[in-house]
Amino acid sequence: MSNSTATVALGAAGEAQALRFYDSGEHHPENGTLLGFWLYLMSDSLVFASLFATYGVLGRNYAGGPSGADLFSLPLVAVNTSLLLLSSITYGFAVIAMRRKRQGATLVWLAATGLLGCGFVGVELHEFANLIHEGNGPQRSAFLSSFFTLVGTHGLHVTFGIVWLLTLMAQIARHGLIAANRRRLMCLSMFWHFLDVIWIGVFTFVYLMGALP
Amino acid sequence: MSALDIDPARAAGHGTEDALDHDTLHITVGGYVTGFSLSVILTAIPFWLVMAKVFANPTVTTFVILGFAIVQIYVHMVFFLHMTSKAEGGWNWMSLIFTVVLVVITLSGSVWVMYNLKTNMMLPSPEQMRNMP
Repeated sequence: MSNSTATVALGAAGEAQALRFYDSGEHHPENGTLLGFWLYLMSDSLVFASLFATYGVLGRNYAGGPSGADLFSLPLVAVNTSLLLLSSITYGFAVIAMRRKRQGATLVWLAATGLLGCGFVGVELHEFANLIHEGNGPQRSAFLSSFFTLVGTHGLHVTFGIVWLLTLMAQIARHGLIAANRRRLMCLSMFWHFLDVIWIGVFTFVYLMGALP
Repeated sequence: MSALDIDPARAAGHGTEDALDHDTLHITVGGYVTGFSLSVILTAIPFWLVMAKVFANPTVTTFVILGFAIVQIYVHMVFFLHMTSKAEGGWNWMSLIFTVVLVVITLSGSVWVMYNLKTNMMLPSPEQMRNMP
C-alpha cells in the first residue's frame, strides 16, 4: 500500500529505472470518516440556510390567509422541542455507554433516543395534518409553502435519522461494539445533534418569531 | 460488501481499538448534563418571553430571542458536537467558519435584496399615482 518506488521496464533500453513518487510515507488520518461526515453536515446546513432564507423572504406573505400567530400552537412546539432536547442527552448517554464498552446500555439509550425521535415526528405530523385538514396546506400561501418546506425538510431528516438509528441498533446487536459500529455511532451522534441545532433555528425563527404580532 | 464492511479484522484496520480519534475526545457525563441544563434554560426563556408577552415591543423580543438562539447553538456545538478549534487538525473549525460565512451571506443577502425589491419595485398605489409630479 505504501510503496513509494516502482520499477518500470523501458522497452528498448531494457534497463530498469526506479521511479519516485511523491509519497512521504505518512498515512492519511485513519478516521477521516468523521471529518468527511462533518463536511456533509456543513453542506447540509447550506441547504437549510437557503430554506431559512426562503422562509425569511416569504414568511410574511399570507395571501389573505392565516398568519403564524393564528396557526402556531406554542405549547405543542414546546413539547416538540423538549422531546428533541431530551433525545440529544439520551444519545449523549449512548455515546458514554459505548465508550465504557457496555453494549446493553448503549442499545437501551439508543432505543430511548429513537422513541423520543418518533415522538417528535409524531407531534409534527399531527400538527401538519391539522393544518392541512383546516385548509391551511402548503398551497394556501407563500408563507405556508415555505413553512412546510423548511419544517418538513427538518422532519424528513429526523425520520431518516431514526431509520439510521434502527439500522445501527441491529448492527450493534448482531456484531457488537466493533470499531466500525463505534465510528457509525459517532457519525449518527453528529447528525442527531446537528438536527437539534437546526431545530433551535426553526423554533426561534419560525415559531416564536411567527407568533409575534 | 456489507459482510466485508463489518468484518472485525478489517474494521480493526481503521485504527487500533483505542486509537480512534473520537476516543480521544473529551466526552463526559458531566459535559452532557451541563450542556443539557444550559439548553433547557436557553430554550425556556425565549418561549416564556414570547408566550407571556414580556416585552411590549415585538422588535425587542425578536432580537432577544435571536440572541438566545445564537448562544444555544454555541452551547450545542461545544457540549454536544464537541467542537474545538483543535479537532481534526483544525479542519472542522475551518469548515465551520466557512459555512457560517456562507449562511450569513445567504440569509442576510436574501432578506436585504428581497426587501429592497419589494419596497422599490411595487406598483405605486392609487394614492401615490395621484401625487405624482
